[in-house]
Amino acid sequence: MIELLELLEKNARTSNAELAVMLGKTEQEVADEIAQLERDGVIKGYSTLIDYTAINPNLVTAYIELKVTPQARTGFDDIARFISQFDEVKGVTLMSGAFDIGITIIGENLMVISSFVSKHLATIDGVVSTATHFVLKTYKDNGLSMCDDESDERGLICP
Amino acid sequence: MIDYEKVLSTRVKGMKPSGIRKFFDIAGKMKDVISLGVGEPDFSTPWAIRKAAIETLERRQIVYGPNRGLDRLLTAISENLMKKQGLSYNKDKEIIVTVGGSEAIDISLRSIIDPGDEVLVVEPCFVCYAPLVELIGGVAVPVPTRIENNFKLTVDDLKEKITDRTKLLILPFPNNPTGAIMTKEDLEPIAELLRDTDIMVLSDEIYSELTYGRKHFSIAQLEGMQERTILVNGFSKAYAMTGWRLGYVAAPAPIVSQIVKIHQYAIMCSPFVSQNAAVEALNSCDNDVKKMTSEYDKRRRFLVSEFNRLGLTCFNPEGAFYVFPCIKSTGLTSEQFCERLLYERKVAAVPGSAFGGSGEGYIRISYAYSLKHLKEAIVRIEQFIEDLKKEKENG
Repeated sequence: MIELLELLEKNARTSNAELAVMLGKTEQEVADEIAQLERDGVIKGYSTLIDYTAINPNLVTAYIELKVTPQARTGFDDIARFISQFDEVKGVTLMSGAFDIGITIIGENLMVISSFVSKHLATIDGVVSTATHFVLKTYKDNGLSMCDDESDERGLICP
Repeated sequence: MIDYEKVLSTRVKGMKPSGIRKFFDIAGKMKDVISLGVGEPDFSTPWAIRKAAIETLERRQIVYGPNRGLDRLLTAISENLMKKQGLSYNKDKEIIVTVGGSEAIDISLRSIIDPGDEVLVVEPCFVCYAPLVELIGGVAVPVPTRIENNFKLTVDDLKEKITDRTKLLILPFPNNPTGAIMTKEDLEPIAELLRDTDIMVLSDEIYSELTYGRKHFSIAQLEGMQERTILVNGFSKAYAMTGWRLGYVAAPAPIVSQIVKIHQYAIMCSPFVSQNAAVEALNSCDNDVKKMTSEYDKRRRFLVSEFNRLGLTCFNPEGAFYVFPCIKSTGLTSEQFCERLLYERKVAAVPGSAFGGSGEGYIRISYAYSLKHLKEAIVRIEQFIEDLKKEKENG
């Protein structure tokens, strides 16, 4: 099961037929296993890893740390859900440590992100403070290397 | 002017250059070549091993070590042989650390072979055995294996090659280039035949950690065989440590004590940094090996299935990181096939004939490459096969 998940994690477009060959299973077995993993909520979905900056070099990614006063009854959930609804927000996590909620966001440019922070985040009831960190370069994302400059130092042929 | 023809040793001049040199030269000059031709892992040496080397560099004096190897490493090797194969080797007498499996093979041969002695070389095989045997005046006698037997050595194939001059059998399993393995059941009749003779076995087990579905079994594990076996292994393939140049010989004490002399005068001692790193490899990297093997396994299944789909019959290899598809259906020799594949579709593979006569009709494909890389290569090979078919149809 782990092996199947690892293969899909690396390339979600690998066909069931290919997966079956690589895992030494039948296509039906693979299909059943995937269906089960989807039902069990182990596989949450299939997304594509896109480098939007390849189309628009001005795009900015930021990690925003929020300090929050937990709400009565719902704790952090309401605030986290509220933030999750924005399309430009790519990730929302509750964190241990120096801050409470971590947000990954992509914006057209720096100004867009700063206005998002001041308009949508800082104004939320319960948010005590925000800290915005801009991403300069991504080397690895979701287990995949994002730089193609790793060369194969081995020769082309050796016995 | 000095005449080098007269200067050079006759035996060295008589050595054939490696059969793959030509492809290496052609491929090296071409652009955008996808290679499937490399016999070394695509993984980096596990970080724990590299870290151990860095720490050695930072903290230790890098000095000559004992001739036979660092005690810590000899201990780890001895323990590892016990753990993996249940073999008991005395670290103080029966093991020597060498500069890669290659040196291990060379000095083992030199310790055994006198001029005129016959050495049985199971083929297809790694390219170094016959030239090294011939360099010291031995006679290399090929023992071909066949696809019908899944490229395993059979007792009948072996029997007919044995003469009263036979000194040594070189047994390279898991095999490069075929990926074949020898199970306990396969080895028993071989051992049975050898037990009543003075023929030694040089068992090159460099791919012992890379088997799929079952554990490696060494001929030395069979009753009465450890005393007639020179076991060669190393760190290059299992731990992705090719550039560290580290291997070892485990053999009966009377043999190791002779081997040590050659090593002492030719090499002095194996690299200090590499030896310290190798201790870490044996003691803490089983999990890394497991991960790499599991990754190889997926690629192996993928390639076997793909080559069979393309009509290049490919037997199911159970070890190493090569598949050995048959290209006889194309009507080309393995060298023609590889040369045209390289020129026309820019894929580098090694012709089976480079590994001995019985490799003719096959090509060696390494899967020490990412799946993505292998998929791209298969697309190109498929195009090449289509081209060949069209060519045939058009006469």
